[in-house]
Amino acid sequence: MEVSAGRSLGHRLHAGDAVAYSITMVAAGSILLVTVLLVYYLWVGSEITRHKFGFGFITSQVWDPVAEQYGALPFIFGTVATAGLALLISVPLGVGAAIFLAELAPRRLSSSMTFLIELLAAVPSVIYGLLGIFLLIPALQSYVVPALKAVFGWLPIFAGPFYGVSIFSAGIVLSIMTVPFIVSVSREVLLVVPTDQREASLSLGATTWETTWKVVLPYARRGIYGSIFLALARALGETMAVTMVIGNTPKLQSSLLAPGHTIAAAIASEFAEATSDTYLQALTELGLVLFALTIILNGLAQLLILTTGSRVKA
Amino acid sequence: MKRVISFAILGLAAAAMSFAQINVTGAGATFPYPMYSKWFDEYHKANPNIQINYQSIGSGGGIKQVTEGTVDFGASDGPMSDDNIKEFHDKRGTNILHFPTVLGADVPTYNIPGVTAELNFTQDALAGIFLGKVTKWNDPAITGPNPGVKLPSADIIVVHRSDASGTTFIWTDYLSKISPEWLMKAGRGPAVSWPVGLGGKGNEGVSGQIKQTLNSIGYVELIYARQTKMTYGKVRNKSGAFIKAELASVSAAAAGVTMPDDFRVSITDSPAKTAYPVTSFTWLLVPEEIKDKQKAKVITDFLKWMLGPGQKMTEALDFAQLPAPVVAKELKAVAKVH
Repeated sequence: MEVSAGRSLGHRLHAGDAVAYSITMVAAGSILLVTVLLVYYLWVGSEITRHKFGFGFITSQVWDPVAEQYGALPFIFGTVATAGLALLISVPLGVGAAIFLAELAPRRLSSSMTFLIELLAAVPSVIYGLLGIFLLIPALQSYVVPALKAVFGWLPIFAGPFYGVSIFSAGIVLSIMTVPFIVSVSREVLLVVPTDQREASLSLGATTWETTWKVVLPYARRGIYGSIFLALARALGETMAVTMVIGNTPKLQSSLLAPGHTIAAAIASEFAEATSDTYLQALTELGLVLFALTIILNGLAQLLILTTGSRVKA
Repeated sequence: MKRVISFAILGLAAAAMSFAQINVTGAGATFPYPMYSKWFDEYHKANPNIQINYQSIGSGGGIKQVTEGTVDFGASDGPMSDDNIKEFHDKRGTNILHFPTVLGADVPTYNIPGVTAELNFTQDALAGIFLGKVTKWNDPAITGPNPGVKLPSADIIVVHRSDASGTTFIWTDYLSKISPEWLMKAGRGPAVSWPVGLGGKGNEGVSGQIKQTLNSIGYVELIYARQTKMTYGKVRNKSGAFIKAELASVSAAAAGVTMPDDFRVSITDSPAKTAYPVTSFTWLLVPEEIKDKQKAKVITDFLKWMLGPGQKMTEALDFAQLPAPVVAKELKAVAKVH
């Protein structure tokens, strides 16, 4: 009697496993399906321009809707440059803040500061755009850029006149927008590093900083990288805030102080009035390029992590 | 008793029938949206059972949606191209008709330290500035027609729209007419390849950029400039007079052009003596044959109302009204819709 009851309970649990397995699999599968459908739509929706321009679409600098000539290079450059600049600022800032909040700050200060930082992630991007126009750009114009030009003016990336709207301004706005992602996720992964790891290190005579830098950080490495990927994705795809401060000029220019354009900003600004098929398809193909760009950049970042990771182990 | 109930039910059903809402949907141009939403609202008040919904998604979207048949009518700041009309005919099996509703204009606006005057712009000055050939504010092309205004020897910074828009179409259509070089290098369209300048999103983006950038110049919708009390320049028209954009001078531009039967006409650079030259109609796009006869009646009734009492509401919202000959011609065309 007892045995049979036990068996039926086990049986029931097993059945539950199967149900859970299929439900979660459907959840995962549907997300994959959305991605596949998205690529399919972008691929089919850009058929004319793919055939008409071929690889020239990626290498050409001309974006002329009147003459129906479309090239994505200035947009690709702007997207990579703004996202790169954003990460250059937000990674050290975000990881530094996360270390302080997780390891060094008093608990109460840490939780209230974390709350405020996470609040930044909930601010709509149009607000960041407005802040960029009305606070950041005037500050850059009167203080930061003159100082930069005085010290680094001989570098081509800081050459030329500064009109306020520029790749530089967009990169800084993006860095502010991506910081909360890095701080929030990195802090979480630092907090779940087991206490015995820290205790072992401290008992060997390491200082708090040595413990944080040599034990805790390497342990949490993967999670921190994950947070950087999130930030990268956000920076690559951001539309509203970027279009408000970048100057929307599809030209290749070596100076960061010059205006530029990004893929996401171009799609958002031109889609509503694109009447001809070629124009619409060129914008769709821009979407395809952005998708590919995101995959390539993420792949490169993974590769970088794999190589540096093995060096740390060795 | 039974009979009473069945009568009551019949009566209710009849009442429900007569109050049935008729919903008509349109989509398109954003520039005339304030006017359209006022009109549709007033029309609904006068005819409570008729509800006209309008989505201001942009002219391109309006043409696309009316071609796909997802809306009952479209709206556009630029006339449909021959290709677009052919595509509509292939897909919907009927013609698309253009109905001008109101007039809009673009004005040059600028931010030059120490200059508060309304500057006079010649055709050569405007084309030169936007081509990047007139690069300083004290260039003779600008100082010539502005005696008494002290213009600095500063570099001109051009600001244009970054989003594709009817406003840009009007501006580039005008530049294409007055400058062969502009026509060759950039041409006309809701978005063009700009020889020089920075892009701002929307009228507010352009005007914000101008306010923040010294020695800049750009173009915005007349209505936007009036409502935000911006200073804007006069433009020399075809007959040689410097004209300030105002409702009367904008309406005058339409009167100076012969209207073709399909109403697809550009009225920039109008030859009329008092016309402001950077002016355009905006259109409703209505299929000639509408399958749902109830909707066809609603749309034709609305068009007649818009051309009559509707035109009297335009000036309160800073839109310029259609000249009488255009209204008369349109009323004839409304009869084609069935």
